[in-house]
Amino acid sequence: MTKVTTALAVATSIIALAATSASAEKLTIGLASEPTAMDPHFHNLGPNNAMAFHIYDRLVAQDEKQNLTPGLAVSWQPIDDLTWEFKLREGVTFHDGSDFNADDVLCTIARAPDVPNSPSSFGAYLKGKTAEKIDDYTVHIKTAEPYPLMANDISTIPIVSDSAGCAATTEEFNAGTAAVGTGPFKFGNYKPGESITMLRNDAYWGDAPAWTEVEFRPIKSGPSRVAALLAGDVDMIAGVPTTDIATLEANEDIQLSQGVSNRVIYLHLDQFRENSPFVKGNDGAEIKNPLMDPKVRTAISKAINRDAIVDRVMEGVALPAGQLLPDGFFGVSENLQPVAYDPEGAKALLAEAGYPDGFQLTIHGPNDRYINDAKIAEAIGQMLTRVGIKTSVETMPRSVYFGRASKGSPEGLPEFSFILVGWGAGSGEASSPLKSLIHSYDKDKGFGSSNRGRHSSAEIDAVIEEALRTVDDAKRQELLAQATEMAIENVAIIPTHFQVNTWAAKKGLEYIPRTDEYTFATGVVKQ
Amino acid sequence: MSDTIAPETSTPATKVETPFRRFASEFFESRIATVALCLLGLIIVLAVLAPWITPQNPYDLAQVDVMDGRLPPGSEAFAGYTMWLGSDGSGRDLYSAILYGLRISLSVGVASGIIALTIGMAIGLLAAYAGGRTENIIMRVVDLQLSFPAALVALMLVAIMGKGVDKIILALVVAQWAYYARTVRGTALVERNKEYVEAAQCLGLSRLRVVFRHILPNCLAPLIVVGTVQTAHAISLEATLSFLGVGLPQTEPSLGVLIANGFEYMLSGRYWISVFPGLALLLTVVSINLVGDQLRDVLNPRLKK
Amino acid sequence: MTVFIIRRLMQALLVVFLMSVIVFFGVNVIGDPVHMLVSPDADQADIEATIRRLGLDRPIWEQYLLFVSGAAQGNLGNSFIFGEPALKLILHHMPATLELAFSALFLAVAVGVPLGLYAGLYPDSLLSKGIMAGSILGFSLPTFWVGLMLIMLFAVELGWLPSTGRGDTGHILGIETSLATRDGLSHVLLPAMNLALLKISLAIRLTRAGVREAMGQDYVKYARAKGLSTRRIVFVHVLKNIMIPVVTVMGLEFGSLIGFSVVTESIFAWPGMGKLLIDAILQLDRPVVVAYLMIIVLFFVLINLIVDILYSILDPRVRLRDQGA
Repeated sequence: MTKVTTALAVATSIIALAATSASAEKLTIGLASEPTAMDPHFHNLGPNNAMAFHIYDRLVAQDEKQNLTPGLAVSWQPIDDLTWEFKLREGVTFHDGSDFNADDVLCTIARAPDVPNSPSSFGAYLKGKTAEKIDDYTVHIKTAEPYPLMANDISTIPIVSDSAGCAATTEEFNAGTAAVGTGPFKFGNYKPGESITMLRNDAYWGDAPAWTEVEFRPIKSGPSRVAALLAGDVDMIAGVPTTDIATLEANEDIQLSQGVSNRVIYLHLDQFRENSPFVKGNDGAEIKNPLMDPKVRTAISKAINRDAIVDRVMEGVALPAGQLLPDGFFGVSENLQPVAYDPEGAKALLAEAGYPDGFQLTIHGPNDRYINDAKIAEAIGQMLTRVGIKTSVETMPRSVYFGRASKGSPEGLPEFSFILVGWGAGSGEASSPLKSLIHSYDKDKGFGSSNRGRHSSAEIDAVIEEALRTVDDAKRQELLAQATEMAIENVAIIPTHFQVNTWAAKKGLEYIPRTDEYTFATGVVKQ
Repeated sequence: MSDTIAPETSTPATKVETPFRRFASEFFESRIATVALCLLGLIIVLAVLAPWITPQNPYDLAQVDVMDGRLPPGSEAFAGYTMWLGSDGSGRDLYSAILYGLRISLSVGVASGIIALTIGMAIGLLAAYAGGRTENIIMRVVDLQLSFPAALVALMLVAIMGKGVDKIILALVVAQWAYYARTVRGTALVERNKEYVEAAQCLGLSRLRVVFRHILPNCLAPLIVVGTVQTAHAISLEATLSFLGVGLPQTEPSLGVLIANGFEYMLSGRYWISVFPGLALLLTVVSINLVGDQLRDVLNPRLKK
Repeated sequence: MTVFIIRRLMQALLVVFLMSVIVFFGVNVIGDPVHMLVSPDADQADIEATIRRLGLDRPIWEQYLLFVSGAAQGNLGNSFIFGEPALKLILHHMPATLELAFSALFLAVAVGVPLGLYAGLYPDSLLSKGIMAGSILGFSLPTFWVGLMLIMLFAVELGWLPSTGRGDTGHILGIETSLATRDGLSHVLLPAMNLALLKISLAIRLTRAGVREAMGQDYVKYARAKGLSTRRIVFVHVLKNIMIPVVTVMGLEFGSLIGFSVVTESIFAWPGMGKLLIDAILQLDRPVVVAYLMIIVLFFVLINLIVDILYSILDPRVRLRDQGA
């Protein structure tokens, strides 16, 4: 090392020391849900990913609005129809001092889809991609067909170290021996159910975090979490229950941060069965499935008072939805507005469709998955009952719900007729919901995997598939918006609202809200 | 144990009036117990009459409007009536919801109590009468079941069977039958060795007849005491299961579900959503327990002054 | 004696085996862990790969045989959620629950017995009536409701005690426990109080009933006639006689403390095995649910056995025999 760098290193450490003594640098955060492992590739789940991105960097990062920003790659671009080139950042070191280079990327891409016992792998993001090392700081990733979403997919994968992490087991990550990344924080301590501690990485290549130590504490019970903040045991909490927002807002010692998320709450309607199991005539007899009729679906959409849901059920903390992603995301349509509440229009449409007296319907929903999910289902049941569709509401824990909603019928098909679900676009753009929820169910191509209403339209499918092949951003944006408009026009699904997430911190701190719902210690700023 | 008073309390109608009167006057000696009994009676009457004395059927979605949600006590609902206890997050009138919820909670508590009592009684009697190997095996099972926390047994069963009123009742029965079995067997063992049983046997009466006509009535007093306590316990347990997310369905809330839902409002300043259902549960359980206490005191001759 | 123990151990094994069948098949009929676990982004092929990875593609009897052969080697399967051995997870969370339950038991006796004693000695005083009314409340209030109230009062309003979590741990006799540090003790106090509430009521009532009964008995009358002071009669003779049943019953209630710790642990974010269990149930982490139950059954069967053996040692009149069985 040269003298200059040594001097610089000394200077930085002095600054760091000064900063330490200047104020309490430990940050304690109360989390609503707990990561299940410290292995970043074990479980593709929100809390796990949020935790992983403290310790590990990605080639491509996502900012708080899920725009792509340089991470361990300084640039990325397609060099031909089938190849993307990633230029890696030089001079980055892992927490154990080893250098970061293309080998780490390659071994990560090999490890991520295939961790033993993984309940949910990263395979979906790496399928059909082959990585190739060109030199120490250049990696090519190839696909069989043109693939525009390469950088979005790659932005989900935390990079682990070739020497310490790639061959390690999940248990070794949990113990900390393998938990070596390049991220802003180093692994400190992991006590499942109790706490996760991290220490600042002073050699971080990006902006140094403001906190020398961060402790995450899972406190699942909402009121207890709020109480922990009020008692001063934690500095900030994620997932503030909507019921407590009004009181916290009035509390001068508490600072709230709110931001719309990428999660839309919507209704799927059975559009593939002549006789749907949970649709009955007014006399309880089987009838031909009215949900097949676009008029009936439109009537249902009009019967839903989205403002009432937002205002009464969500206590104002949500946005009425007219499409699959809120404004500002890539691929949303500028022409779509939330469907206006129009009970008279809904009744007229039902009469026109041949159901002047309505019919009987059951709405199914989870009761422990989305914010106030059971109450929303109940409110929708009330609203539909008012226009003549006599609706009963059945909610259940997600452990039972999702299996039945996906393949609970005797034939292994979706069991329910009318369901409440949510979708968070992890990629941060509209192709994510379009290909999973709107595209026809197609096992071979891997499309429509969460299309539990089985809406199917060849025209929409064609537009979606074209968008997924279009590398040109402006053109793809247009195609995605077009597909969205067609889906809403057909009432393939009925969006109700976008979730808004709330964080609460003690006075003097503020959280920069993220659309991906993640809680990052680096997003906590001092005012 | 009580060999003079118990049988008379169990069959007051067939016997002369005096013993029942004596029992009653002893019971009403305690003012607290008297008040509790009246309160319990009132609660039961309110629950039974719920559909006729409430402005809203909280289970009929056509009558519940989310626009009425979270209104403080005394507000006027959209449909025109006054919500004296306010409304919950879904727009249910709390007064109506509490009375309807009481119906469910009480029926769950009583139904599970009666079924558990019947099963436990049969098994306990069998053990006491059969003796030997059968008794040994039965009591081993009972001991094992008793050493198992009831809350855990119910939790596991609901986890295995899923939600629903019938399943909760079943879970509560499984969690409780052993208490009755132990009580019956304990009493029956004492009774078995008494002269009147010997006498009955000498007369050549059938075994069944001896068990049901002679031993069983003498076991009823302690059973009633255990039964009241266990019923109160069942109602609380149902509330706890609801809090843990494995209780009854949320759309047709029992009292337990109402309280569990109110839990999220405890810090929100909307006290009524958690306090009123909690108060209703508290009054119910306390009054049952007080009545049970007094029964125990009256039926236990060793505490006689 | 040896024959007795061996026979009882065989019985215990039978019970554990029966429970394993019931629980294993029980938890495997409800719900579908895969569709809840996989990321929504996963496509159909991913979902199938996950089903294979978790071994759920095999027929249920085959899964059970695998489980039994694993269990014979001390492996109760891997948690779906955590990927680690279920047994290890449970043992890891066990000390937190045990220390909570022991603290609650201690509180129950330390608070309940003196109050019960007073209420038994002066049944007609106003304070006694207050104590008894309080004990009825303790029986009747839902645990979760009281828990949050305790947090609000002692942590938020008064700021005396921490609201949630376990605090620093130290070592006593090689066991890592929060009872060894000041910080840990301050964390354990509120949840232990919450958990103890029901048992305090029970201790009060048991003690009171015991005292009332004892005061009328001949040995007390005799002691009085001999001119012993009331203090001596109560603290030496009466207390000695009633402590045995009280302590026995409280000991038996230890199991119920572990059962109810599920509630207390969820409210106080206490990292014990009760919270592990309820999370496992809600997320269909079948191996953890099954393993938890196996361990609990074994635990209680062994406690029963130990109690029986202790009785026989302490009381020569009780003979260890296994009539007929």
